[in-house]
Amino acid sequence: MIELEIDGKKVEAEPGNMIIQVADAMGVYIPRFCYHKKLSIAANCRMCLVEVEKIGKPVPACATPISQGMRVFTKSEKALAAQRAVMEFLLINHPLDCPICDQGGECELQDLALGYGDDLSRYTEGKRAVDDENLGSLIATDMTRCIHCTRCVRFGTEVAGMRELGTVWRGEHMEIKTFVGKSLTSEVSGNIIDLCPVGALTSKPYRYTARAWELQQRYTIAPHDCLGSHLNVHVRRNEVMRVVPRESEAINETWLSDRDRFSYTGLKSEDRLNQPMIKQSGHWQSVSWEVALEYMLEALKKVIAVQGPEQAAGIISPSATLEESYLFQRLLRGLGCPNIDHRLRQIDFADQDSMPLYPGLKVKIADLEQQRAVLIIGANVRQEQPLLALRLRKANLKGAQIFCINPIDYQVNFNLNQKLICHPTLLPEMLAGIIKAILVKQAIEAPTTIAEQLKSIQVTEQQQAIAEALSVNQPSTILLGAIAQQHPQAATLRSLASLLAELTGASVNLLTEGANTAGAWLAGAVPHRGAVGLTQDKLGQTIAELFAEPRKAYVLFNVEPAQDCANPKQVTKALQQADLVVALTPYNTPYLQQHADVLLPIAHHAETSGTYVNAEGEWQSFAAVVSAPEQVKPGWKVLRVLGNLADLADFNYTASTEIRDELQGMLANHSLKVAKQVQPRINLAYTKHPLTRITEWPMYRVDGLVRRALPLQQAASHDSVGIRINSKMIEQLQLAAGGLATVEQAGESVTLPVILDERIPQGCALIAGGFAETEVLAESFGAITIHV
Amino acid sequence: MAETELYKLTETMCGEIDQWIAKFPPERKQSALLASLHIVQKETGWLSTAQLNAVADYLGLAYVTVYEVATFYSMYDLQPVGRHKVHLCNNISCMLNGSEKLSEHVKAKLGVEFGATTTDGKFTLKHAECLAACAGAPAAQIDGVHYENLTPEKIDKILDNLD
Amino acid sequence: MTNVCYRTLQFDEPWTLEAYESVGGYQVLRRIMQEKTPCDQIINELKEASLRGRGGAGFPTGVKWSFMTSASQGAKYVVCNADESEPGTCKDRDILRYNPHQLIEGMIIAGYAMGCTSGYIYIRGEFTEPFARVETALQQAKAAGLVGSNILESGFDFQLETAIGAGAYICGEETALLNSLEGKKGFPRFKPPFPANVGLYGRPTTVNNVETLASVPVILEKGAKWFLELGKPNNGGTKIFSVTGHVNKPGNYEVPLGIPFKELLELAGGVRNGNKLKAVIPGGSSMPVLPAEIIMETDMDYDSLMKAGSMLGTAAVIVMDETTCMVKALECISKFYMEESCGQCTPCREGTGWLHRVIHRIENGQGKPEDLDNLVRVAKNIEGRTICALGEAAAWPVGAFMKHFRDEFAYHIQHKKCLVG
Ligand SMILES: Cc1cc2nc3c(=O)[nH]c(=O)nc-3n(C[C@H](O)[C@H](O)[C@H](O)COP(=O)(O)O)c2cc1C
Ligand code: SF4
Ligand code: FES
Repeated sequence: MIELEIDGKKVEAEPGNMIIQVADAMGVYIPRFCYHKKLSIAANCRMCLVEVEKIGKPVPACATPISQGMRVFTKSEKALAAQRAVMEFLLINHPLDCPICDQGGECELQDLALGYGDDLSRYTEGKRAVDDENLGSLIATDMTRCIHCTRCVRFGTEVAGMRELGTVWRGEHMEIKTFVGKSLTSEVSGNIIDLCPVGALTSKPYRYTARAWELQQRYTIAPHDCLGSHLNVHVRRNEVMRVVPRESEAINETWLSDRDRFSYTGLKSEDRLNQPMIKQSGHWQSVSWEVALEYMLEALKKVIAVQGPEQAAGIISPSATLEESYLFQRLLRGLGCPNIDHRLRQIDFADQDSMPLYPGLKVKIADLEQQRAVLIIGANVRQEQPLLALRLRKANLKGAQIFCINPIDYQVNFNLNQKLICHPTLLPEMLAGIIKAILVKQAIEAPTTIAEQLKSIQVTEQQQAIAEALSVNQPSTILLGAIAQQHPQAATLRSLASLLAELTGASVNLLTEGANTAGAWLAGAVPHRGAVGLTQDKLGQTIAELFAEPRKAYVLFNVEPAQDCANPKQVTKALQQADLVVALTPYNTPYLQQHADVLLPIAHHAETSGTYVNAEGEWQSFAAVVSAPEQVKPGWKVLRVLGNLADLADFNYTASTEIRDELQGMLANHSLKVAKQVQPRINLAYTKHPLTRITEWPMYRVDGLVRRALPLQQAASHDSVGIRINSKMIEQLQLAAGGLATVEQAGESVTLPVILDERIPQGCALIAGGFAETEVLAESFGAITIHV
Repeated sequence: MAETELYKLTETMCGEIDQWIAKFPPERKQSALLASLHIVQKETGWLSTAQLNAVADYLGLAYVTVYEVATFYSMYDLQPVGRHKVHLCNNISCMLNGSEKLSEHVKAKLGVEFGATTTDGKFTLKHAECLAACAGAPAAQIDGVHYENLTPEKIDKILDNLD
Repeated sequence: MTNVCYRTLQFDEPWTLEAYESVGGYQVLRRIMQEKTPCDQIINELKEASLRGRGGAGFPTGVKWSFMTSASQGAKYVVCNADESEPGTCKDRDILRYNPHQLIEGMIIAGYAMGCTSGYIYIRGEFTEPFARVETALQQAKAAGLVGSNILESGFDFQLETAIGAGAYICGEETALLNSLEGKKGFPRFKPPFPANVGLYGRPTTVNNVETLASVPVILEKGAKWFLELGKPNNGGTKIFSVTGHVNKPGNYEVPLGIPFKELLELAGGVRNGNKLKAVIPGGSSMPVLPAEIIMETDMDYDSLMKAGSMLGTAAVIVMDETTCMVKALECISKFYMEESCGQCTPCREGTGWLHRVIHRIENGQGKPEDLDNLVRVAKNIEGRTICALGEAAAWPVGAFMKHFRDEFAYHIQHKKCLVG
């Protein structure tokens, strides 16, 4: 510990700290522009100059390490003179038009300049003007305002791991630029808006729509991935004007993904459903809630009574809140129907009985930084959980070795020590090879479940290296992403991963879909377990079975069936033949118009209170940040009324927090003993199609809200729809990159642009889900043909 | 990265660049960047975006890193230039010894301002910052060669002898 | 005249290995390699000789080298600063062109004394001819077993390579130079840490000027005492003065430190056309200007010039006669620092342009009376508040011109024309 004095106050701090860090911790504010606690020290703005006893020149507080007995003066005459001088220099070439600047009212330069007020205008020469950059649909630029603090450049280089912005030219001609007019492609680019202390980089969607002082700040949790980032939502007159991060060291630090930051732009979509509607003899009509709910309940009860409870099914979004999921399954189970699922894009459920209480992370998000070795299996981490990728990058910078097994050579923002890129059907074999490497090395006999199948596997040097790294470098982690979980052999992959973990001491972590997969499991939105994992008398069937063998009634909760589910063709067929399709939905889409019978308008996440349980098991509750349109109701309230109407017991909640508390109480009392530790089935066998479709959900197509966020759809980081395929395959199939081609799958066909993409393995084409264009197609990893 | 397809470094260039790479520790290829840009610039006298990309790919650097370097140093030209680069020094020692008169003379002779290229594409005229030839002021660098103790007559001769 | 760095100048082809060896070149290296001279001994020799850095700051070389010896295992570097770009300075170019082997010998000895694994000679991009000479000399030295692995069978390995700049004065600043050597923009680094701890590629590094390094073999050959006594206490040795501007015989003069300015002026043939001396910048354009009456009474060494209110800097002596317009001269100087600011730190990026624009306005007859105080104030506001010393380099000339020649600026403002016609 070092003892020093700042502005006359004694303080102790760890050696290696800079003056500004100690001052910040004490609550002594030193002005700064270039310094940011999450970025490297540049010491270029010179705003933080302070006086230190016995040192002649003022020193930058951000770059001067503390030393024993140091006496620092942050507001002495000498310090203030230096700060004032720097402020004057900063302002001479800065436009003084705060009233028309978008940053006005929340500008660090403006705030500080006011404090130094007086003699800041002796500059009479012309001001510099700088050309603007087009950074794409998310970030607006006004580069004349730039004060060259380089926070944005350092963010890209250091945090995002994408060197897209740089300082070009030199001296007073220096400018912040991308490489010759490129848009930013980073999935976390929006953070530079927060970092920019002036109005040079601002939010394009928000720009000029409001002034800082008109906004009210409210708190919520991000609704698109399993991290549950903390958000501050800025609201004016019941309208969300923008979203910014709320600092949370454990989860999102000071950052936000572009998806979480800009998805609010989808809130005002034109296809919002504003009124309950029912379809009678082919005609839609708006009705009151009472009519709609009665109608729906009667019809559903009738199906259950007449056709049997197995003829009904409830499908809910993995981003529904804990409370919604809980009431949803209570309602359906209360009516006698156990067919409930939220695993929209999964196919293989063979191991569902051996799943833990909820799938997720064993390692805390923040502790990912501490891992020494990481194996990523079937994940596009940058797109799935952008901020988790940043943690992996940090681990990597601290020396962690990172490996991946993927069907697509995804771009990552860290160094991969090894990457095994293979045909998707070979993922299990690839993983098994690593297991074999360890078994051979340590002369352990293979478990009987797998021994026979391992025999024919040849271990490669890469697999050997990965096996070695995972065992030697501790702690080590295995991450299974969306592709692994949506894979036809997902259960095998999970089982292999567990086996590998046992052998190496690594932990197995599932990167789950949506914002609340953990919550959905806890709430009992799965067919084989009730809330908090309680065993059920009546077991339901999985989503795969519920669509493969069509049922007579479907209740959909915030699901766009053909864009959200694994096999849209099958889903559509099932809905077509059903007697009753009820959709609780924020949207009124042509698809629902065609296939549903009842539409109940429910609130968006921003309009409802509730809880998300993130992948590490953190329960995070929030209140509504805006109120829903008049006839639109929060989902939990609709479900509660339905429960009341159905005369179900204990359905009299008056606040969503009561529902959460009930669950929490249950959890405290019944902890799940996964009844039978079923030996999971490992099956490396596969059928290889001549041409396989790989399906992923691009990051801005994962749910209804992002799909409606126009600026995200236009962002350079967005993957447009098409047939993504490598050049060899293009040649083989006689296609033309940039031209059109027709994909056929299960008797359906669509014509899409051919996109050259060398990341795709031989024998495959990536045709994304989540698009209207591909909603007639079938299985995620099914056989396809392509022709011009 | 697809952009490289637009420009391919010649074998000779790669050979020369490799010699520079060899001077530095293996993981420090970036150290060869300044020399690589000089090598590629020899071809046409200036560096196109495609050429910058090609160098970036060859050395395994982000495009913007190469762009930053190419714009920082004054010897790289990022716009087309004339066949001959004429750089006149105007710093203090040269100024004291008549560089301004010399500049006026050359401007008039070539019919261009500083920073411009003659219409026939023969000369690009630029200022040089101090060339460390102050004892031979006024000085100039023409196509990489220093010339000292210049007079209007002397520089006329030099320029007239270039093709 | 005693030549130290210009030892070979009398030859027709002074840059060859033969020429250098004929004046005793590489003998010191051979002796050191044979005797395995202790590193401390070499460093102490330099301290006693009172060799001070010839790159501008005048820091004692022996002391600087001693910062390196205790540093950790692994790669360590010595880097030669051959970026010579300070206006008025042209001495290193002639060492590179005419005596490259002596620099190379100095580098190898430096590498040995500081326990370095390799060295780089960073040469500014415009130096086509000097670069070729050094490169050829280096190849010869390598072929002769003087550089590389197991030098002269001594078991000492030292790799030495040339590196090239691309036009940026700031790359003469040692940390900017290191960034440039790493293939980056020449942005100076914030110090501490100093290069002796964190330098090239993050490893301990010492940067020395060409003339400093080229002096080393001769000092070790002839002894510290000999060198020290060439000059004065604390100002040992000879120094190359680049005398330029309004003199009859501009050129590089390698003469003992402490030579009276008067004598140096005589060596350079006196003021041109028999004109009256007006002012002299004694150490490159960034150093404070001195009016004739002061400089005529001053000796040319670090301490004397400091006492006189200026500095020896690079010993680039810029002579201005009575016909010189001081506004014009300062305008020229201030333009240079504006053009050459790297742009990273606020006071320098914004302040150098401000200074230049105001001076330019005055020169063009659009000055205002308040400009004078403002110039002084802006210069003061840059000074001491920047990452590197370019801030000072831009501010000092303004301060000194305003101190000694304020009247001339005032005249310009009032009469919208020049005092000297
Ligand atoms: C703006 C600036 C430019 C400089 N240019 C040079 C230069 O061209 N050559 C040089 O040797 N030193 C130059 N220096 C000084 C170097 O930073 C460094 O002090 C010197 O190379 C050390 O060598 P020495 O100890 O042998 O003098 C410059 C310093 C500054 C601040
Ligand atoms: S003082 Fe000038 S040259 Fe030095 S780092 Fe700052 S901006 Fe760059
Ligand atoms: S905050 Fe310290 S120099 Fe910018």
